[in-house]
Amino acid sequence: MKNNSKPVTGYPSSKGEETMERGETVITVRNLVKKFGSFVANDNLTFEVYRGEIFGFLGANGAGKTTAIRILSGLLQPTSGEVRVAGFDAWKESEMIKKHIGYMCQKFSLYEDLTVKENIQLYGGIYGMSDELIKERTEALLEKLRFTEYKDRLISGLPLGFRQKLAFAVAVLHQPEIVFLDEPTGGVDPITRRQFWEMIYETADSGITVFVTTHYMDEAEYCDRVSIMSEGRIVALDTPENLKKQFNTESIEEVFISIARPGKSSINLLNINQ
Amino acid sequence: MRTILFLIRKEFLQIFRNRFIGRAIFAIPLIQMLILVPAVTFEIKYVNLCIIDNDRSVESRELIGKLEGSPFFRVKYYTWSEEKANELIYNNKCSAIINIPSGFGKELGAGRPVKILARIDAINAMKGQLTWAYLSGVISSYNENIIAESLPVVQATMVPRISVTGRYWYNEMLNYKYYMLPGILVILVTAIGFMLAGLNLVREKEIGTIEQINVTPVKKSEFIISKMVPFFIIGLADLGFGLILGKIFFNIPFEGSLLLMFLGSAIFLVAVLGLGLFISTFSSTQQQFMFVAFFFIIVFVLMSGIFTPFESMPMWAQKFDLINPVAHLIRFNRMVMLKGSGIADVARELLLLCGIAVIFTTFAVRRYRKTA
Amino acid sequence: MKRFLGFVKKEFIHIFRDYRTLIILFGIPAVQILVFGFVVSTDIKDAGVAILDLSRDETTQKLTDKILSSGFFRKTGELLNYNDIDRIFKKGNTKAVIIFEKDLGSRLFREGTASVNIIADGSEPNVATLVSNYISAIISDFNREMNKTLLSSSPVVQPEVRMYFNPSLKSHFMFVPGVITLIMILICALMTSVTITREKEFGTMEVLLVSPLKPSQIILGKVAPYFLLSFINIITILILSWFVFGLPVRGSLILLLLETMLYIMMSLTLGILISTVSKTMQQAIFISAIGMMLPTILLSGFIFPIENMPKVYDYFSSILPPRYFIVIIKNIMIKGTGLQYVWKETLIIALMTLIFMALSIKKFSLRLQQ
Repeated sequence: MKNNSKPVTGYPSSKGEETMERGETVITVRNLVKKFGSFVANDNLTFEVYRGEIFGFLGANGAGKTTAIRILSGLLQPTSGEVRVAGFDAWKESEMIKKHIGYMCQKFSLYEDLTVKENIQLYGGIYGMSDELIKERTEALLEKLRFTEYKDRLISGLPLGFRQKLAFAVAVLHQPEIVFLDEPTGGVDPITRRQFWEMIYETADSGITVFVTTHYMDEAEYCDRVSIMSEGRIVALDTPENLKKQFNTESIEEVFISIARPGKSSINLLNINQ
Repeated sequence: MRTILFLIRKEFLQIFRNRFIGRAIFAIPLIQMLILVPAVTFEIKYVNLCIIDNDRSVESRELIGKLEGSPFFRVKYYTWSEEKANELIYNNKCSAIINIPSGFGKELGAGRPVKILARIDAINAMKGQLTWAYLSGVISSYNENIIAESLPVVQATMVPRISVTGRYWYNEMLNYKYYMLPGILVILVTAIGFMLAGLNLVREKEIGTIEQINVTPVKKSEFIISKMVPFFIIGLADLGFGLILGKIFFNIPFEGSLLLMFLGSAIFLVAVLGLGLFISTFSSTQQQFMFVAFFFIIVFVLMSGIFTPFESMPMWAQKFDLINPVAHLIRFNRMVMLKGSGIADVARELLLLCGIAVIFTTFAVRRYRKTA
Repeated sequence: MKRFLGFVKKEFIHIFRDYRTLIILFGIPAVQILVFGFVVSTDIKDAGVAILDLSRDETTQKLTDKILSSGFFRKTGELLNYNDIDRIFKKGNTKAVIIFEKDLGSRLFREGTASVNIIADGSEPNVATLVSNYISAIISDFNREMNKTLLSSSPVVQPEVRMYFNPSLKSHFMFVPGVITLIMILICALMTSVTITREKEFGTMEVLLVSPLKPSQIILGKVAPYFLLSFINIITILILSWFVFGLPVRGSLILLLLETMLYIMMSLTLGILISTVSKTMQQAIFISAIGMMLPTILLSGFIFPIENMPKVYDYFSSILPPRYFIVIIKNIMIKGTGLQYVWKETLIIALMTLIFMALSIKKFSLRLQQ
């Protein structure tokens, strides 16, 4: 639907040719395993994310998306495997990673007892931005979101859609290399969701890589590449077009259903993909 | 460094935006201090007596007269019934019963020693002992009179006696307010610093805002320090206001250096805040934190020597008090404020406080994890 | 009713699943009783005294020995002149300085009188008083021994003393009931006010309120587990105080348990009342911990006898429920009296429970209407 505004950086619109020209790799994950006791949340994940693309993680609740995104953003230590984000090793340099990424939590986690402006200033300050820069970006951001009149309102009085947009804007305030969005549109009305995706495209256009998890099938269609997770594994990974072609379906939703259908081994599917 | 300033600003905004907390951190300690300080006294001014005079002689009346003359005793009840007297002691109406046996006067007149029975309510052991001490005093002076009357004048003066005179230094009138005010102030500041800083951190965990902080490059020490500074400032302000009010309302003396007082209090606050934050890193809910913190506060306070003498505690408790910042500050405050002790006199307390502060703060920074 | 029971069950499961909180709930009161039973005491033991002996003769030596061997004191130093007194006090370990005047021994036997001067450190008034009293008592004992022969032939009154209720003068008898009273009210009020406020703060109260349960049932359901927990707690504490401190229950155990239940009820309703006026957990904690702790410790007669306070505080403390429970528990446990001696206190606590309950219901329904 919004394909024409998709970013051109790095990712070509050619349909899954092996020869496709790729941008620089910003996330490398090889054989990532994360266990909580005996429960395996991430089972041998391997994938790469390229600069400037919108990379989607699709999966049901509990598929291991949040665990993966938390490892990538340095909030969790992996159990084993290799993880490099923005050129830094997640084992040894998680604090360095944090300097180069933005993150938006599944649960709203800006300070509700601070105003819109105070939240923006706080995070600007934390990321070491100068006062002028904070001021400048705050104004631009408020302008863009049409929040200027609400800038002195406490977050606790704002509607959910408002808050989510603000949280996203705060996550990219310091213009990170990569921004991680964990189910950013959960519980948000369709209009706001659409506005939200427009913000995501704009962000990607500006050269920031967007890593987003979702369980809305339609949202997967907006991504440059989608990986489908199930029970801690990646069971499919490609552009939405290729996935649909491969499974011979009309929508990602049908792809998802056909993967989830019993009787088909997901390991096989993964092999087919590669 | 700049990051810390932003974080601290955020904490202050949050604290004072909550209308209740913003006021309570100043109002509750100061009002409590003003109300409670005059109330607290160990001084036992008088004790109610019940007398069973089975003799009703001149001699027994003389003894009762002596008791009535003592400012410590109030002879409130006279009865002949043991039962009635018992009921009075059970009802807390009197704290001691003096039983004068029949034949009391006759025996004395005949030059023989005679016994009287004193029953003292000793649930409060201290009061029991004190009652006994005063009672012995009254009876010895009664005895001295008898002896003096019965002996020839020359001989009476020859009874060698050592007399005791006493004086109290630093607080001549034994004004309990001087003693309690620093103590009560310290307890309140401890409760506020300890509870609020830790609760604040656990609250961020509980509502999830800490996640957004943990994913930023904020250093662990920066975050912990930003949680300490606001409560450090509030704590010092509370102490300062408390002392000013103490001077105005109770005229407490400041013998020593004010600067030294605040130096000690500042180190103490770091220690208490560090411990509070350390405990908060273990807790996942505010409820849990509160119980543990509450436990520590009560232990620290009751073991600090604020209310009961430090020396009376068993050895293990005195050893434990090495890590009890409240105990050190109480000693420190009383020494500096009331006696004017200098920095050399309180070096031990200061060093111990410094040690506790460094250890707990380091622990808190270490234990706080940005990754789960 | 069935629905209600289900809800209570859920609350129980909620509490018991969180083993950390459970350890805290049971562990803390037990540890506190043990710690304070041993620690909180006003007896004088090993108090530091320094001696300024200007006489240095046989009598002063005897006196010094007698004072130091009493077990109450330990020597922190021997001073040479008056200037040392201030210095040694400032170091903090010396509670009193005993000064023997010059030529004490010879004056005593030549003139029949001599004097000892005690200077006590008034910065701790209670210790100062006790220390001076003890030293004076030791010296009068010394006098008595010196004149033993003279006195035994004279007609004198010999007092015989019986310490009632607490013959060995243990301070446990005073403090253990106090600690029980203090801990129970603080923990109960804290627990209930915080659990209920938590539901409010996290919005889960709304969910409960739209359920078919009545508000009173919701509150009751939340409080019921804590009632049981506190009751088990108090029994543990009583058993501990019996075994460890030899604190007796001289009166009726059943009466004691009934009174305890009443007191727990009162504390829980107080917690509910606090929760109705607090918006956040922090606020509830602030009120029930920081706001209530000191007045309870100081004004309830736990450590400081109420009868010595200025009259105003006597009135003021009469609104504090622990004051009454301390009387009840001491009467039943230590004096062994029955209901006829504590009915007034019992009635007051019952009345307070009702008042707290009524206020909470009023506040609660007011909020629901808004």
